[in-house]
Amino acid sequence: MESTQSKPGPLCNPEGSQRTLYPYVTGTSVVALKYKDGILMAADMGGSYGSTLRYKSVERMKPIGKHSLLGASGEISDFQELLRYLDELVLYDNMWDDGNSLGPKEVHNYLTRVMYNRRNKFNPLWNSLVLGGVKNGQKYLGMVSMIGVNFEDNHVATGFGNHLARPILRDEWHENLTFEEAVKLLEKCMRVLLYRDRSAVNKLQIAKITEEGVTISQPYSLKTFWGFSAFENPTLGAEGSW
Amino acid sequence: MTPISPHKPAHFCLHQSSLSYSHLTLSSPFLILAYDKIAVASHHLEPMRKGKRKKKPSPGSSQRERERESQSHLLEQKENPNKNRHSFTERERHCDFFLERETKNDAVKMFRNQYDTDVTTWSPAGRLFQVEYAMEAVKQGSAAIGLRSKTHVVLACVNKANSELSSHQKKIFKVDDHIGVAIAGLTADGRVLSRYMRSEAINYNYTYESPLPVGRLVVQLADKAQVCTQRSWKRPYGVGLLVGGLDESGAHLYYNCPSGNYFEYQAFAIGSRSQAAKTYLERRFENFTGSTREDLIKDALIATRETLQGEKLRSSICTIAVVGVGEPFHILDQDTVQKLIDAFEIVQDEAPAAEPDAGAEPAAAAEEGEGSGAGADQAAVPEPDVAPMDI
Repeated sequence: MESTQSKPGPLCNPEGSQRTLYPYVTGTSVVALKYKDGILMAADMGGSYGSTLRYKSVERMKPIGKHSLLGASGEISDFQELLRYLDELVLYDNMWDDGNSLGPKEVHNYLTRVMYNRRNKFNPLWNSLVLGGVKNGQKYLGMVSMIGVNFEDNHVATGFGNHLARPILRDEWHENLTFEEAVKLLEKCMRVLLYRDRSAVNKLQIAKITEEGVTISQPYSLKTFWGFSAFENPTLGAEGSW
Repeated sequence: MTPISPHKPAHFCLHQSSLSYSHLTLSSPFLILAYDKIAVASHHLEPMRKGKRKKKPSPGSSQRERERESQSHLLEQKENPNKNRHSFTERERHCDFFLERETKNDAVKMFRNQYDTDVTTWSPAGRLFQVEYAMEAVKQGSAAIGLRSKTHVVLACVNKANSELSSHQKKIFKVDDHIGVAIAGLTADGRVLSRYMRSEAINYNYTYESPLPVGRLVVQLADKAQVCTQRSWKRPYGVGLLVGGLDESGAHLYYNCPSGNYFEYQAFAIGSRSQAAKTYLERRFENFTGSTREDLIKDALIATRETLQGEKLRSSICTIAVVGVGEPFHILDQDTVQKLIDAFEIVQDEAPAAEPDAGAEPAAAAEEGEGSGAGADQAAVPEPDVAPMDI
């Protein structure tokens, strides 16, 4: 016979909980900026399982509809869930078939609503999202965090990118970068992240979105340089150390 | 009988007559197909109707009966120009009787029959009478007119107060900054639907931070109306909605029927005596796409005046609302409207003898550069010596 006391609800019981407590397979930073023709976004292809760099071919950027590009860091499975929501959204939008389509601003706001609502239920989607796109000549670049904080800017980054990449972008970004300049700038940011972020892998993709559409590059690696004299004989001054 | 709207006496005679469906052409194309087929067949299927027809017309209304029995009122006017709706003096003499005739002529004559009790009953001829009666309710409401250009939509309506002591019914509602609606028919139903529209627009804006495209709102409305035609415990909404708004692809004007249909229009009019406005709009609509905002408003006012049939157009009896690119939906205040009315009424007074023009581009020569609207004004002016307009 059930006691009159109710069972502890799902929120109170961590072992039997259905809500997100910790992320498991995570992606690291995404960096994006506005340039002359649209938005450029870069993300590496690593999925870390804790401190292990377990998966090395995870695509963390996906096109959404005709006008937007979504990049995510954080829990990969939650990103995949979000892609399913967005798939449905875009499907319904296309089914109207009436000359109206969801632009990046609309998708960004929809994502903000979703993230914020989940956070309110103590069951967040453990992601930091970057949403960029171009519609009718208007460029749009925004970010949503897992607690529903959202904003728009000329250049955004998630995770470690906020600390390592954004200072570079603040100094060197300007209006109307050409495609080559923008790629160089992004690669500079990604190289710093590769050197300094322990969960970064040297296999990245750069995605471009313009009025014409989305292009996601093939994965490639950045050139790195380790031939510093200080690395030559690291234990020179201290035998036995490493 | 249910009084439909406070503006008209509820003079609801439902008599079937042969062919008064021509005015349906603009409003419900699909219905007219059904009606053409059954016009003959129904004589045999509805025996009750025959019984009613045998009723002797009362002596005072013999002329009325004869007229009713004849063809559509449009043809009638060609044969008998003195009875033309545009001959004002004639009309004023037979004021009361004319009003009644007008109502009946506007209405599709329908009989009470055994299939019209609820909306989920089909008649053997394939008609849903309750839905059709709901469309009748729209025709009983006072007129509402809409027109659009490439960048603007103007909604106008006739607002008559019940008495001098009361205020008039609100018939134009703002749904969002970029959408507005004018209603005709049961205003209570109209208010409820406006509230629904506002709620949809706000919800969309909250989720997507972007204005709801009019086309989508109109489809949602139509689906909502359709539900009421397929539930036995509901009744159709007795209100016709002229929805005007802007979206990515420009300015749009839609008409939502109680039946759940919706149509897009360049210009349209609904409600009582809307035929006069429709006739005016039909002559002029080709110019609307490129019209300026001012011309569009003027055309709306003139079309409104057509429905008044002789009564002087004053800003106290009409309401105008505008929405356009860079201009959120708003209702023009009375002073502005009165000034606009005065502006084109003055033009007419100065050129009383000009011939009316039945063509698309009336004689602008008679006017002082007032534009193409002026010539059309002439035809509507209550001048006894002016020949009636061809329709």
